[in-house]
Amino acid sequence: MAFRLVQPSVLPGFRISLGFSLAYLAVIVLLPLAALLSSTLSIDGAEIWRIATEDRTLAALKVSFLTALAAAAFDLPLGLLVAWVLVRYDFPGRRLLDAMIDLPFALPTAVAGIALTALYAPNGWIGALLAPLGVKIAFTPVGIFIALVFVSLPFIVRTVQPVLADADREVEEASASLGAGRLFTVLRVVLPPLLPTLLTGFALALARAIGEYGSVIFIAGNIPYVSEIAPLLIVIKLEEFDYAGATVIAAVMLAISFAMLVAVNLLQSISRRRLGHV
Amino acid sequence: MSDVATTLATSTLANGAVAPVRSVRTAPRPRGPTEDSPAARAVAIALAVGLLMLFLLLPLAAVFVEALRKGFGPVIEALSHPDALSAVVLTLLVAAIAVPANLVFGVAAAWAIAKFDFRGKTLLVSLIDLPFSVSPVVAGLAYVLLYSTTHGWFGGVLDAAGIDIIFAVPGIVLATIFVTFPFVARELIPLMQEQGRTEEEAALSLGAGGLRTFVTVTLPNVKWALLYGVLLCNARAMGEFGAVSVVSGHIRGLTNTMPLHIEILYNEYQFAAAFAVAAVLALLALVTLAVKSFLEWRHAGELAATRRH
Repeated sequence: MAFRLVQPSVLPGFRISLGFSLAYLAVIVLLPLAALLSSTLSIDGAEIWRIATEDRTLAALKVSFLTALAAAAFDLPLGLLVAWVLVRYDFPGRRLLDAMIDLPFALPTAVAGIALTALYAPNGWIGALLAPLGVKIAFTPVGIFIALVFVSLPFIVRTVQPVLADADREVEEASASLGAGRLFTVLRVVLPPLLPTLLTGFALALARAIGEYGSVIFIAGNIPYVSEIAPLLIVIKLEEFDYAGATVIAAVMLAISFAMLVAVNLLQSISRRRLGHV
Repeated sequence: MSDVATTLATSTLANGAVAPVRSVRTAPRPRGPTEDSPAARAVAIALAVGLLMLFLLLPLAAVFVEALRKGFGPVIEALSHPDALSAVVLTLLVAAIAVPANLVFGVAAAWAIAKFDFRGKTLLVSLIDLPFSVSPVVAGLAYVLLYSTTHGWFGGVLDAAGIDIIFAVPGIVLATIFVTFPFVARELIPLMQEQGRTEEEAALSLGAGGLRTFVTVTLPNVKWALLYGVLLCNARAMGEFGAVSVVSGHIRGLTNTMPLHIEILYNEYQFAAAFAVAAVLALLALVTLAVKSFLEWRHAGELAATRRH
């Protein structure tokens, strides 16, 4: 029994559905990633190291990582606030606000990119207001940050929202009945169990932001060493027919993504074990 | 809570009869122990609404305002340009292939994962979500390394057979399938796991065949979740930029999808035309959001638990 691969069932279609799923998964997802991996491994080790530690590569990875980290960190309190407002309060327009959260999921990234540039360019709606103050947003790393805040916000809201909605209100009542103030209750009773969920949302937002391309390239200005992101460097290397360079940078990014994925799964299993929910 | 309030709000009249006191309606209801103060509530709502307006709504508004800056004339002109029309056709074609392909996969994977117990299930579920954690540009590159006639694994075979995948439509379709791969499956799997297999077992024991059981029992149970997944899958398929950009080669009139066409117009400083095409995609996004919200509102019980808000 313990070594059985499949539990017996009266339902039909297991072999064909699993067989098709595995074949499709292999062709669409695993084969291309295997090609990327084998192409990386076919490059000489010293060459991999040289490309991965080139000044321009490191600068691009640093820009990608730091702006993504900043955007996810900014979205964390904002996402929590929005989730709180949507779950705990009822007000006119709540449903509309709720629907709006998914706009960055639904709006194509290229559209978001040119729209944000129109807003934050020195002659744009917001850019023109900031220009006299000497503040430049578009064509600097701050512009990248703005684009990443846009694309990664829904990840935090949508991760926190269902957990907050399911949260047990009785502990809050207990806290209040024992004389704790509202602020104390929120900070010490309501928020601590949300921590794993917040971290999961943060990791998802970060993973998305690091790999983001479409919404960033318009607003970034793409100045090498300053506002050039790693995915763009891959595209540039490809356009120069530097396949080895593109492959190595892609492999580094893939490694970062996998590390994030493992972190998310670890957080979810910890949270499930300790709190009984995802 | 309101019952208690009404009871408290009644007073005994002189003759002993109990009558409701109307004026009490305006008296503030006592705040529950788990409610925030009205001030905190107002500040939180104002802050959330304000920041969402700034970060989400303003960019959306910018698309339409920039597109209509010089009226409808330039918009229609930009959209009726042959390159724009071929971009629209290609975008629709790519979605028409990628979405059904991922729909069939999503149903098959959900059937195997939700209705059967087998080893390695958790790994399979994680692998299905894998494309979400791969940068679209990296995905595009991976396809280039597989199918490019000069640098790909299958390059020699494809070159000899005269088949172009990279810098051609098949590459765009494949890259789009990759980035939209998990959408349908991840909506169906949790819902079908929740529903269990007792209904299917009942149908089978009553003599229905496998296909009939699936069509008349399983499918009606998941139809809204299926539509939900298809909706999200389609939005992403039509809007994908990074992965498609790498494999497309940007050949005007041949391998340009709408998002790629926006980039070309924008880089040529044809801002009005770029925003006109962008506005079409933004409208698509709004329709997607409207239908999605409708499904969450009207068919909440028939969607996966995480979607019922």
